[in-house]
Amino acid sequence: MNIANSRSASESPALGNATPQVRWTRKDLTGLQSLSPEELSLVLDTAAAFKTVGTRHIKKVPALRGKTLVNFFVEPSTRTRVSFELAAERLSADVINMSASGSSLTKGETLKDTALNLQALHADVIVLRHSSAGAAQFLAERLEASVVNAGDGAHEHPTQALLDTFTIRERKGGIAGLHVAIVGDILFSRVARSDIFALTKLGAKVTLVGPSTLVPVELAQLGVNISHDLDALLPELDVINLLRVQHERQHKSYFPSLGEYTALFGLTKARANRLQKDCLVMHPGPINRGVEIDSDVADSSRSVILEQVTNGLAVRMAVLYLCNAARSGEWL
Amino acid sequence: MSTSSNSILFKNGRVIDPANRRDAIGDVLILNGRVASEGAVVPPDVERVDCTGLVVTPGLIDLHVHLREPGQSAKETIATGARAAAAGGFTTVVCMPNTTPSIDSASVVAWVVEKARAEACVRVLPTGALSKGIAGEEMAPIGALKKAGVVALTDDGRCIQNHELMRRALEYAKMFGLTVMDHCQDYSLVGRGVMHEGYWSTVLGLPGWPAAGEELIVQRNAMLAELTGTPIHCQHLSAAGSVRLLREARQRGVPLSGEICPHHIALTDASLQGYDTNFKMNPPLRSQEHIEALLEGVADGTITILASDHAPHCSFEKEVEFDQAPFGILGLETELGLFLDILVHKRKAIDLNRLVEMYTINPARLLGLDLGTLSPNAPGDVTVLDPGLEWTVDREASFSLSRNTPFHGWELKGRAVRTVVEGRSVWSL
Repeated sequence: MNIANSRSASESPALGNATPQVRWTRKDLTGLQSLSPEELSLVLDTAAAFKTVGTRHIKKVPALRGKTLVNFFVEPSTRTRVSFELAAERLSADVINMSASGSSLTKGETLKDTALNLQALHADVIVLRHSSAGAAQFLAERLEASVVNAGDGAHEHPTQALLDTFTIRERKGGIAGLHVAIVGDILFSRVARSDIFALTKLGAKVTLVGPSTLVPVELAQLGVNISHDLDALLPELDVINLLRVQHERQHKSYFPSLGEYTALFGLTKARANRLQKDCLVMHPGPINRGVEIDSDVADSSRSVILEQVTNGLAVRMAVLYLCNAARSGEWL
Repeated sequence: MSTSSNSILFKNGRVIDPANRRDAIGDVLILNGRVASEGAVVPPDVERVDCTGLVVTPGLIDLHVHLREPGQSAKETIATGARAAAAGGFTTVVCMPNTTPSIDSASVVAWVVEKARAEACVRVLPTGALSKGIAGEEMAPIGALKKAGVVALTDDGRCIQNHELMRRALEYAKMFGLTVMDHCQDYSLVGRGVMHEGYWSTVLGLPGWPAAGEELIVQRNAMLAELTGTPIHCQHLSAAGSVRLLREARQRGVPLSGEICPHHIALTDASLQGYDTNFKMNPPLRSQEHIEALLEGVADGTITILASDHAPHCSFEKEVEFDQAPFGILGLETELGLFLDILVHKRKAIDLNRLVEMYTINPARLLGLDLGTLSPNAPGDVTVLDPGLEWTVDREASFSLSRNTPFHGWELKGRAVRTVVEGRSVWSL
């Protein structure tokens, strides 16, 4: 299908001529916890359609032409911001980047006031990265603009989980029935939470692996397994998703040393050799070579770490498009 | 002055006066600001209030409120907090010292006492800080505070972490007969916690405040109350283990007591799902099993006092990211309705008599106040209740300067309908 062609007003581009089974009605994407499996699939299908745009001679579609997108990053990030920026530009939006140091937040202005000012400038979409859980929802409830969560504290990072899920689906042909391990600092990881929601809703078996200090037992209530024995799991995994060991949290003692972490939970070459041949190795980045993942394993053929980055663009295009269209009624 | 100024006759009400084991239909006469003895002659011009179908009790006491003055008068003033107290049925409020500056010197106590005398429509009794500046490092001038009129000592909002300092402050306070009230929170366990540590904190990604962070200090207090003999009152208990530890200590005769606030039995941590900061308080809302333990503690007499922890904050202060918002909610105008509704009507943990006891003679005895009774010649403070009255909480109708309540729109059964301080009607429905 040709996504650049204008289509009837309410039809989702991703579903082509098929009757849409679900309509996207959300102006915001603050998390995946409340999404239905059908909504998740709709985003992934839309992303698949947008992915082809990146390989064309002209890498742009007019889906957000004349729209203003603000990348509002109150917590530092490079790759997520760049990915959203590029995604927005491929949709022909005008993009403004704002960071905390460049905003009035450092002068004592509240998040609410800063956001209202952005709205007064007629921003259509605000992409928010913030260190406080719930910050995206806070803005979404107060603004007419679409709000897309680019990570809020230890809560959710929905587009990261969508790109993870997209990558798995593309490689494996589906999600249901796969055994996915998420390894590392689950307690502080917004990626882990969003991954859990996306993968379990789509029927995967999810096992959380890590030191007992960083894998909260309460998460078992979400229908996932909890393990502290990575070695026992290796042969049965279809996907292993390694989370970054967050050096900035080392001021609190959650495990004795990086060396012991690697010895217990690092994907070393020896461990990688015990994985199934077609097991995917994933990482949300930025990676710590030699800590949670061996350098050669990160560069090996089963690693899809850079595909994740590429797919992130398509997924973010889909999310920006869907949320903007649900708000404005301007469907392709 | 006529003989009947500050006088009022409550007729035909159900008089509940737990201090005197009285629970019977009858009259209560306040004459010249004091309770008249039974059989006293009623002057002809005294206002008569028909209390048929209503309950007449000693004026209710809230042992735990934040009136925010000096220094935080955008949130609340002594005058507005007192009006909210009157509308909630309270004739006496005990205000916390975590103001700006804190109430840690005789001059600030004097300022509060004078301001209350001039502007408050109910009794406002100040507490003094236990440590200088509520910083938990040096003992506050406890003797000077006592002399200036504080009724108890507390670092409420904070908790002295240094056990040795706590021990010495307790020993020193004993010399003045002052009760110490403690906000039980272990800082190293609680850290940056903003909500109950459990399933919901994990899913919402908010830093957890484990129940053990309270229980550990309750146990510390049990040990230090036993060691020093100074009574310690544990404020706003929220955790099941705290109730168990308090029960055990009291059974051994340790001078330890505890209070609960209505939000800790009305709401669970599941309320935090929308990140609404009106559900953020310290200690935090916990899970249902903790609520059940608190109810059991009330029912079996382990918990002896009910209070609000009335903590007004401006809307703009609360309307920020969840982890950055201040802790605390309004309480004075909703606490009686919530406790009547939950403790007496819905869960039947206690009867009306016990509820009145927990709001009158129990707090009065804890602090050694000549209040909370209808004994002859006691101060003429009276609250009239309609325990069956159904009403809806409306935050816009609040007398407080602030609006931070999670109970807006709640339908409750039971409330005060008249509040009388020293024979003067300060509020009526």
